Amino acid sequence: MTAHLPEPSALRVFLGNLRSAPRQIWRAAFRGGRPTTDRSRSLFIFNSVFLHVHAVRTHRWSLRWTTTMGLGIAATAAFLITLVTGVLLMFYYKPYPDVAYDSIKDIHFIVPTGRFIRNIHRWAANVMVVTVLLHMARTFYTAAYRRPREFNWLVGLGLLVVTLGLSFTGYLLPWDQLAYWAITIGANIAQSPREVTDAMGITEHFDPGGFQRQLLLGSDVVGEESLIRFYLLHVMILPLMLVGLLAVHFWRIRKDGGITRPADADARLGPPPPDTYPVFTEEPAKTYHLAAIVRGRTPAVGRGPENTVPSMPHLLYAELGVVMVTVFVCLGLAILSNAPLKELANPSVPENPAKAPWYFLGLQELVSFSAFMGGTGIPAIVLIGLGLIPFLDREERGTGAWFGGPGGWSLVWRSALVGLTVCVAVEACAIRFGWLREWFPHIPQLVITCVNPGTVLVVLYSAYSLWLVRRYNSARAGAIGLFTCAVCGFIVLTVIGTHFRGPNWSFYWSPSQWPMH
Amino acid sequence: MSQPSASHSSRLDPEPVARRDFLGLASLAAAAAAMLFALIGMLRLPRAAVLSSPSKKFRVALPESLTPGQAFVPPGRSVALFRDAEGVYAISTICTHLGCLVKSTSEGFECPCHGSRFAPDGTVTKGPAPLPLAWHKVMVSGETWVVDEEVTVPPGTKEKL
Repeated sequence: MTAHLPEPSALRVFLGNLRSAPRQIWRAAFRGGRPTTDRSRSLFIFNSVFLHVHAVRTHRWSLRWTTTMGLGIAATAAFLITLVTGVLLMFYYKPYPDVAYDSIKDIHFIVPTGRFIRNIHRWAANVMVVTVLLHMARTFYTAAYRRPREFNWLVGLGLLVVTLGLSFTGYLLPWDQLAYWAITIGANIAQSPREVTDAMGITEHFDPGGFQRQLLLGSDVVGEESLIRFYLLHVMILPLMLVGLLAVHFWRIRKDGGITRPADADARLGPPPPDTYPVFTEEPAKTYHLAAIVRGRTPAVGRGPENTVPSMPHLLYAELGVVMVTVFVCLGLAILSNAPLKELANPSVPENPAKAPWYFLGLQELVSFSAFMGGTGIPAIVLIGLGLIPFLDREERGTGAWFGGPGGWSLVWRSALVGLTVCVAVEACAIRFGWLREWFPHIPQLVITCVNPGTVLVVLYSAYSLWLVRRYNSARAGAIGLFTCAVCGFIVLTVIGTHFRGPNWSFYWSPSQWPMH
Repeated sequence: MSQPSASHSSRLDPEPVARRDFLGLASLAAAAAAMLFALIGMLRLPRAAVLSSPSKKFRVALPESLTPGQAFVPPGRSVALFRDAEGVYAISTICTHLGCLVKSTSEGFECPCHGSRFAPDGTVTKGPAPLPLAWHKVMVSGETWVVDEEVTVPPGTKEKL
């Protein structure tokens, strides 16, 4: 039959191709077709360079709201928001003293949507810090840092540090009074090892503090060199580090077998509800094994795809929901509250009180007892302690369950009570009665560096944690105690630094009592 | 040679380090060394040989009305000048804690940032400051005074007119 049909003319073919070109371009770009079968849903994920970091199937446990609360995705979403708004702000921002302040004012008052974009940037940064901290708490309280996820916990700590670094470097850029004096304090915290080297009288020969400060500021004073350095860190170096660490972080989640789940997760989940896509619509005819090239125990060995559902749509829609909520929160906050801009930086009149962003005010409270311990020593102790957790807690009980392990929820709230009480008591003592310098004016500085409210807190919390290890005969119990205490200490110190400290860092019950100046 | 050399090496009787292996390792080491030196070169860059800091030495005329114990802070400088019967002296207003500028009060100095207090001679009386305020060199120059913020002198050093 076909042989008798006349050959279509080349022109008709050409026109036909032209007509179908849009459809063909679309098909060339998205080759999997509509995600309606198991096969095309898998293709949807692994044919996409942006989506293929996901597994094509996700365990139902990972999709429960209480498993992760979407905090990691929310933090990533907040980062993406800062990325987009940050690039927009770079259209107008000029990193040079005085001009910088003017360009922020332009963004604030002249550039269309400039103020809104800056507000979003600022609020998304805050949301990112909060969600990163909450994400870490979630990971800790579900014991998700345990083998094989120890290294990813460390990568997460790196991400926390970079996140805080991004916030801190962004704080200088407006070049207003708030920024200038916060950075002066920050740069001197970098110099705070001098407190120890000075006390030992070796600063002339060994001065890591001075080196760090000079490296950060590019000068002896906060000036144009410092602004360029902070700008470079903020828009280039730290974001690149963050993206690199994020890639490792995500990759590791895949390689470590997805989100942690308890050993009895399948039993606790029960059969899938009828409205989910069935586990397998078509019986797989073939499975492929990597057994020949992969050695050792990988998370997938010995497990079938039972109780998993296609990531498209189940996981992707959940993620999209979290992203939308994050965007909504950032936009809402940006509408309600403007990012602050004080008067132009004045190097001869310090801001009083000069306060860092709220998440650093706990540290600033510690710094007001000892620059070295508050700014370098205790943060280092906390980071090292956090990093060691997965290597000290090698237990298996309670992995993947909220407040899993010995003691459970009751241990958490009792530790919280201890943490709050101890911190409030130590702070109250220091505020009411002063500290060593007031009692013994000629006491050597090294004694104050070693014995101050901050170090006393660390020692008391550690002692309580060791007592818990003995009492419950479990490192996990000690970790829960210490982590909970640290969280409580962070909260109490942050609240005191934010609300109860006024001019000259004196204690006031409320900012309304601050003296006028 | 104590051992007769084999006519051809086999897997069971290898040379201690084959020439090919040696050359391979040597080239790897050379590449690593090159990268290390490049890295050192790059790490040197952020530290300029000369810092872009403003001059620390300045000339100042004291107001006639300056009474003993009253501080005179030249505009834009972080140093407080005093004059009493024994002469003129300069005390740094940079807090030794975290570098905020202290304010001169009737009881000495106080820092707005973290509440450090200093006696009129700069010794710490309260708060987190680890060191007393520095005294700087003052030199008389005709009717005016030259202060060098880079030179620290022992507390109590005063310059006679």
